[in-house]
Amino acid sequence: MMLGGVHSAPAVAASMQLSDQCPASFVLRDGRCWLQTPYQQYSSLMNAGVGGLKTGLPPFRDGFTPREIDLGRLLFFDPVLSFSGKVSCASCHNPASGFADHRARSVGVAGAEMQRNAPSLWNVGFLQHLFWDGRAHSLEEQVEGPLYGRAEMGTTPDRLVATLNGIEAYRVLFAQAMPATARGIRNTDVYRALAAFESSLISLNSRYDLYAHGLTDALSPAELEGLNVFRSFVARCAECHTPPLFTNQQLAVIGMPEPDGRPLDPGAGAVTHEPRLRGGFKVPSLRNVALTAPYGHAGQFKTLRETVAFYSGGRGHAVPRGEQLQLHWHIWEPKLSDRELDRLVDFLGALTDEAFMPTTPTSVPSGLPIRN
Amino acid sequence: MNKKILATLLIVAAVSAALGFLYARRTIVQGPASAARSADAELGAAHRVAARSSTSLKGAGPGGRIVTVKPGDSIQDAIAKAAPGDTVQLLPGTYHETVYIDKDDIALVGVIHGGDWPTLDGEGKRNDAVLYSGNGIRVENLKIVNFKGNAIMGQAGNNFVIRHNWIANSGVYGIFPEFAQNGLIEYNTLTGIEDAAIYVGMSDNIHVANNDVFGNVAGIEIENSRHAIVEHNLAYDNAGGILAFITPGLPIKTTFDVIIRDNFVIANNHKNFGAPGSIVSGVPSGSGVIIMAADDVIIENNVIRDNKNAGIIVADHKSYANITPDPEADPNPDRISVLWNLFANNGYEPIKEIRALMVASLTREGPDLVAVGGGSGSCVADKAGLKSLGISGWAAGCSRTSTADVSTYLLDKPAPPRVMSSDDRGKLIYSSVCAGCHAYNVRMIGPPTLVIQAMYAGNAQGIADYIANPVKKRQDFPPMPPQAHLNADLRLAVAKYMLSLAPPKPAPATN
Repeated sequence: MMLGGVHSAPAVAASMQLSDQCPASFVLRDGRCWLQTPYQQYSSLMNAGVGGLKTGLPPFRDGFTPREIDLGRLLFFDPVLSFSGKVSCASCHNPASGFADHRARSVGVAGAEMQRNAPSLWNVGFLQHLFWDGRAHSLEEQVEGPLYGRAEMGTTPDRLVATLNGIEAYRVLFAQAMPATARGIRNTDVYRALAAFESSLISLNSRYDLYAHGLTDALSPAELEGLNVFRSFVARCAECHTPPLFTNQQLAVIGMPEPDGRPLDPGAGAVTHEPRLRGGFKVPSLRNVALTAPYGHAGQFKTLRETVAFYSGGRGHAVPRGEQLQLHWHIWEPKLSDRELDRLVDFLGALTDEAFMPTTPTSVPSGLPIRN
Repeated sequence: MNKKILATLLIVAAVSAALGFLYARRTIVQGPASAARSADAELGAAHRVAARSSTSLKGAGPGGRIVTVKPGDSIQDAIAKAAPGDTVQLLPGTYHETVYIDKDDIALVGVIHGGDWPTLDGEGKRNDAVLYSGNGIRVENLKIVNFKGNAIMGQAGNNFVIRHNWIANSGVYGIFPEFAQNGLIEYNTLTGIEDAAIYVGMSDNIHVANNDVFGNVAGIEIENSRHAIVEHNLAYDNAGGILAFITPGLPIKTTFDVIIRDNFVIANNHKNFGAPGSIVSGVPSGSGVIIMAADDVIIENNVIRDNKNAGIIVADHKSYANITPDPEADPNPDRISVLWNLFANNGYEPIKEIRALMVASLTREGPDLVAVGGGSGSCVADKAGLKSLGISGWAAGCSRTSTADVSTYLLDKPAPPRVMSSDDRGKLIYSSVCAGCHAYNVRMIGPPTLVIQAMYAGNAQGIADYIANPVKKRQDFPPMPPQAHLNADLRLAVAKYMLSLAPPKPAPATN
């Protein structure tokens, strides 16, 4: 046992039973949970999952068992995964904060501010590329980043499996969810369970969605006006924040400012070593965006109103001096009025849906206190 | 409005619907452009149009109601009243609004009378004239001027027809269907557009025919789209005439099966006035046809003349000035076929990159056809007399020598409708909305479905009424939020489904 707090792991944990029911928005078939949403009645061009109102979703990561998902939920909230025993996944992806953390830049085990803003996890099972710079290509690959990042959760692969194998409750629960772990919990089992839980976070039933499905009264006049600004080719929001997921999942260099005193974050440019992607970031989904202030890769903007105003500030107006960025062609000077910017914010509020909020466990198998 | 005039106009509209393209041909002479076309080409087009109109593009049409709008009325109100199959008919005069159509099978059709068009005027302050997302939308006989964004923009609307509109000084794209399958764009006249006048983006099975595009940055652009035919158009005095691109950084990554035939591509020497940073701002003025990274493009039987930079440019991503690379998109144009075009007087004032190629090739003649960068499998059928650069790797002679076997890539049957079937609606609403709080036999946020079934046995309407306006019934559960945003049909459908649910089967052991 490596962590002080773990010694008191409660004996009752052994009686814990993982759920055999799929989360909301999933149906159980052949023992596995499969996504079910009204969007599945629609197709999309080339199955890319981008388009307009009645457009099918992009490929989705489902087919986990109910127990894998439930185990992932316990792991997600358990700070035993971190070096300090004080930081869980939920610390930066807090369900009460839209699965983000309301900080401009997140704070990990070291207590220091990191480089970027925590992204929301709602609908993360649809994403083909993860992290702001798009460097990971599966949820499992992504999980390793925060787990082993020294400033984030700060553990190591060996320490992680040693810790979990040292907790009886986890041995029991992993054996329930993944019988093969009877020989010992492996890192990949942890990644799989976390991926299972993360991909269960579905938000596709906002008032916007009801409008999209044909319920014409679901949006207020102000929100409808905002929708028409959003999809107009003046604002061009919908060109990259494409329905139904409100992201086209591409990298884009848009020239957002850096917070005061911070150097330019090269973003995808540093990952791809492609100079023309310097300052490029993944287009984030806008679902539940009203819940996840502040905004931007480094939390540059405190409000949605400030964020939408950036796009009307002129092409390249916030690019640091001396930088020659290859800005995305959709960044231009739409000259949106104050009224149009206000309506955009109204519309973004119609993308809020937390009906399928998972239950935060009252205790976690390590016995450590839950502190989101 | 005098009733007699109104009746006359209704008859005109009915005749227009009946005669389809013939009517369009008759009235187009009232538009700003009077371009010479070959009579043979017109007849060919007539056969094709007639064949298509009767098959997969039958959206709104005979049988639906006609909702007539006159200046001073709200077009949007009429759209709101219209049901699938209806026609919203605009009488001549000026309208000031943005129209959006988020339902299926609506025709928005202008009545042109004595040279007077129904005109949507954006007055330089409105964003777009017509936005649509429904299937089976038809937009016809409108004059659209002075919008900031697009004149007509569709997002994921399939089976569309955009016909015989007159679009001037209306923003970035004139006609812009995106994420669409199966659509026809014909007999439109567009000028003064600062990007592509007709821009087919990320779409499949599109036919662009008999349009006049002049004085734009780009005339017609097929981008990240497949199975498109561009024929019998007149593209003149744009900076670039006809473009087929793979633009990197878009979520759909390919362009292939494009036929560009029987077009006049003439003197596209307009100054490029594209917005700084836009992809088309990199189009050199004087370019007739540009193929960038697209595959399986056939350029056949076009008249391509007096384009000062080059007649046809075939380029890869690296050769194009302001492109950000995309590792998921193939940057090379492959299998381009150039068949039997008539070239004259192209390349008399080429850009410096092409001049450098000319110097390297020891030629003083600007190109009819220039290829730069990568790509393979391309061919030219009639190399003799062709002024060319960079095509030493191209085959002389093509295995496919004609596209006469393909009249259209439009679908035989329309792209399928997107209407929920009544059986599935209840299930979908239950599992996508209700199941957030109600599990079958487990307490979640709300009481188990099993308990609700016992309370409402045989009384689906009771559930439907309750969920529209819930009252708090149980001390130990939070109040249920009203579901009044679901209409009565949906509420009943979901209630019936809820009562029909059987217990879930337990999960078998896995792994």
